[in-house]
Amino acid sequence: MKLWNRLMCIARRRSPWLFHMNSGSCNGCDIEIVAALSPRYDAEQLGVRLEGSPRHADILCVTGPVTKKALGAVNTVYGQVCGPKAVIAIGSCPATTNVFIDSRTLDGPLDKHLPVDVYVPGCPPRPDAIIAGVARAAAILAERGDNSIAGASGLDSETDETTAVNPPAGDATCKGTQEARQ
Amino acid sequence: MTLLTALARLLVFPGLLFAVPAAWFFLWVERKAVALMQGRVGPPFMQPFWDFVKLLGKQTPPRTGIAGAIMRAWPLLAVSSAAGAVGLLPVLPSSGGFEGDLILLLALLELPSICIIAAGFSSRSIFGEIGSAREAALSVSYNIVFLLAIVSIAASQHTFKLEALAGMHPSFLTVLGIIAILVCLPAKLHINPFSLPNAEQEIYAGPMTEYAGPELAMWELAHGLEWVAGTGLVATLIAPHITAAWLAGGLFVALAFAIVLLLSVLAAATARLAIDSTVRFYWQCTLIFAILAISSAILVRFRS
Repeated sequence: MKLWNRLMCIARRRSPWLFHMNSGSCNGCDIEIVAALSPRYDAEQLGVRLEGSPRHADILCVTGPVTKKALGAVNTVYGQVCGPKAVIAIGSCPATTNVFIDSRTLDGPLDKHLPVDVYVPGCPPRPDAIIAGVARAAAILAERGDNSIAGASGLDSETDETTAVNPPAGDATCKGTQEARQ
Repeated sequence: MTLLTALARLLVFPGLLFAVPAAWFFLWVERKAVALMQGRVGPPFMQPFWDFVKLLGKQTPPRTGIAGAIMRAWPLLAVSSAAGAVGLLPVLPSSGGFEGDLILLLALLELPSICIIAAGFSSRSIFGEIGSAREAALSVSYNIVFLLAIVSIAASQHTFKLEALAGMHPSFLTVLGIIAILVCLPAKLHINPFSLPNAEQEIYAGPMTEYAGPELAMWELAHGLEWVAGTGLVATLIAPHITAAWLAGGLFVALAFAIVLLLSVLAAATARLAIDSTVRFYWQCTLIFAILAISSAILVRFRS
């Protein structure tokens, strides 16, 4: 069992799958995330994969200052990512709402709504900074995942954490994309 | 084929014990080849294994009732049928087999694709349903050509036994059939230019959209096993008849590797086709060759 836990730790560190969520970003950071996967930076060397579905992802990369319009989607997508999971705030917008501070269309910054693990500041941040942030988040994920396995009720504690931080997410976990369908 | 040899083939070689590492290896070769073609370094050697282990340790969304049980069953069914297909391949000389095992192999090769269609619809996600509809349209298109090609090879050899087909002497007709199978393989494995069903980002993840954790790990494994089965089928068909077991095994792995490389390079060099272009490609461009192959096979059979 101990060996399996160690194996799982290594696996979580070496295979971070990302889901990219835009919460009203200007597209600057989004381009830099894609640039991190391009031939020059090649994040796939670390096992990074940009996934199409939040269900497959380990790490949620949020860009943008969380507009009021995007808040519901951010919460739903966070609920759809299965645990153990980590959140990266990419760029200055989700960290501080940047130049849009005090705007009446915003409900940011991001850590008001989700537990953010890693901040990657910059406007936009460089791709190497994003890759460093992903590597840091993967290391956090490896530690956290080990704890949640060590306790037999790791699954419950994770769900509790989700619902405590973010009430609508508990509902979104089971309904997920069915909601989007209706 | 006795029970013992059947079990050995299913569980050891070329079955699970060989096929699961081979599946991870082929998945890595695919990703690495695409990366090298794009001028990147690509994922490390153990990447598919780490992905698999990590997915096993992730949680799945709570699924209750019969719908949840059915959703969990599809990936398992896909893995077991793909593993069974690999186990049926006549890799080693005189390894046994039975009359009509080609038909069983074709059915087992087809089952993962049916599982994907059913999984997308049972997940009740709109992206899953779109992906499943695409997979169904794709399956109807390439399967006609795929089956006609294999039947033409079988008809030219007067047998449905895989071992007899593996030991056949190449002729113009069989070469044509093998080329037709190769043309169908990218669609069967959902890689570019026929990566419509699981079109990443375009329709989220297609039929796999709602799958997470261990279930997704099983889908990845089933995909890898499909790689082994699909490329292995072609490898056994083109491999010359060799009596030494280790040489036959080595040649099988080398040929399958070469085919994986070929398909990966094709995937990296092409972009995704739209569904109508894909269907038109199979129904208009390749079907005519498949019909020519089967009709000439039947003619040859009647004349001899």
